[in-house]
Amino acid sequence: MGEKQLLLGDEAVALGAIHAGLSGVYAYPGTPSTEITEFIQNHPLAVERKIHSNWSSNEKTAMESALGMSYMGKRAMVCMKHVGMNVAADAFVNSAMTGTNGGLIVVVADDPSMHSSQNEQDSRFYGKFAMIPIFEPSSQQEAYRMMADAFDLSERYKVPVLMRMVTRMAHSRAVVKTGTIRDMNPMSYPSNPGDWVLMPAVARKRNVHLITMQQDFLEESEKSMYNKMEDGADTSLGIIACGIVYNYLMEHFKEGCPYPVLKVAQYPLPVKAIRQLAKRCDSLLVLEDGQPVVEEMIRGVLEQGIVVKGRLTGEVPRTGELTPDNIVAALGLKNEEVYPACELVVPRPPALCQGCGHRDMYGALNEVLREYENGRVFSDIGCYTLGFLPPYRAIHSVVDMGASITMAKGAADAGQFPSVAVIGDSTFTHSGMTGLLDAVNEQSNITILISDNLTTGMTGGQDSAGTGRLESICRGIGVKPEHIRVVVPLPKNMEEMKNMIREEINYQGVSVIIPRRECIQTARRHNKK
Amino acid sequence: MRTDIILSGVGGQGILSIATIIGAAAIKEGLYIKQAEVHGMSQRGGDVQSNLRISSEPIASDLIPLGKADLIISLEPMEALRYLPYLRKEGWLITNTVPFVNIPNYPEETGLMDRIHSLSHSVSIDVDSIARSVASPRAANIVLLGAASPFLGIEVEKIEESIRTVFGRKGEAVVEMNQKAFRAGLEIAEQSIKK
Repeated sequence: MGEKQLLLGDEAVALGAIHAGLSGVYAYPGTPSTEITEFIQNHPLAVERKIHSNWSSNEKTAMESALGMSYMGKRAMVCMKHVGMNVAADAFVNSAMTGTNGGLIVVVADDPSMHSSQNEQDSRFYGKFAMIPIFEPSSQQEAYRMMADAFDLSERYKVPVLMRMVTRMAHSRAVVKTGTIRDMNPMSYPSNPGDWVLMPAVARKRNVHLITMQQDFLEESEKSMYNKMEDGADTSLGIIACGIVYNYLMEHFKEGCPYPVLKVAQYPLPVKAIRQLAKRCDSLLVLEDGQPVVEEMIRGVLEQGIVVKGRLTGEVPRTGELTPDNIVAALGLKNEEVYPACELVVPRPPALCQGCGHRDMYGALNEVLREYENGRVFSDIGCYTLGFLPPYRAIHSVVDMGASITMAKGAADAGQFPSVAVIGDSTFTHSGMTGLLDAVNEQSNITILISDNLTTGMTGGQDSAGTGRLESICRGIGVKPEHIRVVVPLPKNMEEMKNMIREEINYQGVSVIIPRRECIQTARRHNKK
Repeated sequence: MRTDIILSGVGGQGILSIATIIGAAAIKEGLYIKQAEVHGMSQRGGDVQSNLRISSEPIASDLIPLGKADLIISLEPMEALRYLPYLRKEGWLITNTVPFVNIPNYPEETGLMDRIHSLSHSVSIDVDSIARSVASPRAANIVLLGAASPFLGIEVEKIEESIRTVFGRKGEAVVEMNQKAFRAGLEIAEQSIKK
């Protein structure tokens, strides 16, 4: 007990959960959340306690499994990146309606500035939408400690609790002092079994119950140790700093901030404290990472006519993550004179690895599509998204997990030919299979390439749910066996691959080509072992 | 003490190992540490950087503000210059001289080196060939760590001990190889400081 460890924010969440008596984590890999589950998979105490930590097929199945574990009285956690929340949303929102039995924490890692994502959505909206408490740590130490408190809060009110991370918190290391290690919960059935059946009559009752608890959640926030008011003599400005942005603020004031500061790390927003701050100060500045959630909320909360500055008013940037540098002007400070950016430096975008099978797949596909006037390639989320960049410039859309197959179908419905989908093996089992069923049911004229590298590559090589069974899955869904074709994507097989793609494009109906070769990153690791 | 470091390079070159070794030494010294890393898509041959802050006083931000870095340690010359606005005017830039060319519009090498040499404090060395001659090509990042070690604000011996801690479980041969690489880098840095 009281050990000191250097931990990523993600790892602090994981260790906090293990020490708080976690029985199972459920997740689909997604940057910047992946390391939480990986840490638990490798932690000796988690192994000893047999804490569930296998990967799920997608965020929705993960969310539902975690809710099932909570139903049995055990403490469960589900982890995802922010866009994963869109996939899990049905289960997530309704888990607040059923309520929980064992503590349930939903950890969502947002990605402001979109370091590895397609949007900047802010999960605090989801927490408010589902009407549940939210934690947003400002340090790795807080992240660790919050897990125990969030589980307790969840069990006190029998609701799920949202833990909101951002990339910088997830992927930054600091020393964490660990606390006591709690036992895991014994199995126990819910004391309110009828509440778990969300038929309208039950759901109406649950809705009222959830709404009644809002006052309790607010009081929890008002007295939370994570929300703290720090006094400052200069009341021309009052600052509300949320989560990690509190650190960027304090970076400028080593001896203490001259303005009063309210640090917010637990929601619902501590309304009393905000009203107090507004009463004392001439104006308010809201510093928050992600979208202007708090700024919008307090505009509606305040009784006094006070100037509120933030992302909406332009004092801080409207988009992108906040940094110590881009809040300087809002604080009335000046950036020091620094070296100008070096004009010789050019962008160095990420690229597919040398020797990667996706390269050979795109090489063949590009050559075949040149034979047609207007080929369109709908792609998906994974390393092969990089096929958009030179030298391949091979794809025309990337939207969300699984959208390649269904968009190709919709385009074919509209008359597009050739209509090609490119999807990875893990993305296919995440959200591509149901779309394939739609295509099969209508015999859509599409050609699907499932570029199978036997792993979830982009997030670092986690297990892929359908490995070894892709052909049988496609057969089971109803693709004709003679139009499910496998090839090894290597330069020497280029002609074979091209012929296969050409034949299947010319076949009127659904065909699946599986270029299959292990990810060279995971292959390298396997060879070392 | 307080040292703010930007580590930079191309995905896969091993900047996080440098951070791990410095971090382990800092913790042993009872210092505060914050280290922001880059994971995920940007690692695939793209530019990567890590902000490493060590201090005897508590550290607020995980990110280093513009113009506040004491050191830029880079495994690639163009990547060293990418973060120039973060370097203090009196800070040191320590970089590998070997370009990693995986883009068609990579700038003229001489222009890059001229710019690096025009800074008031820089150490530029070919860590790849030094690593090859004294240890193994894989230890290039440790040669660079050796070259940076006089500037870290932690005793050089403590960093060397930390190499043993971090590589210890890979066996004595790996530890020795990395220590050799470390010392080779250190010698070159010491010569550069004297100049």
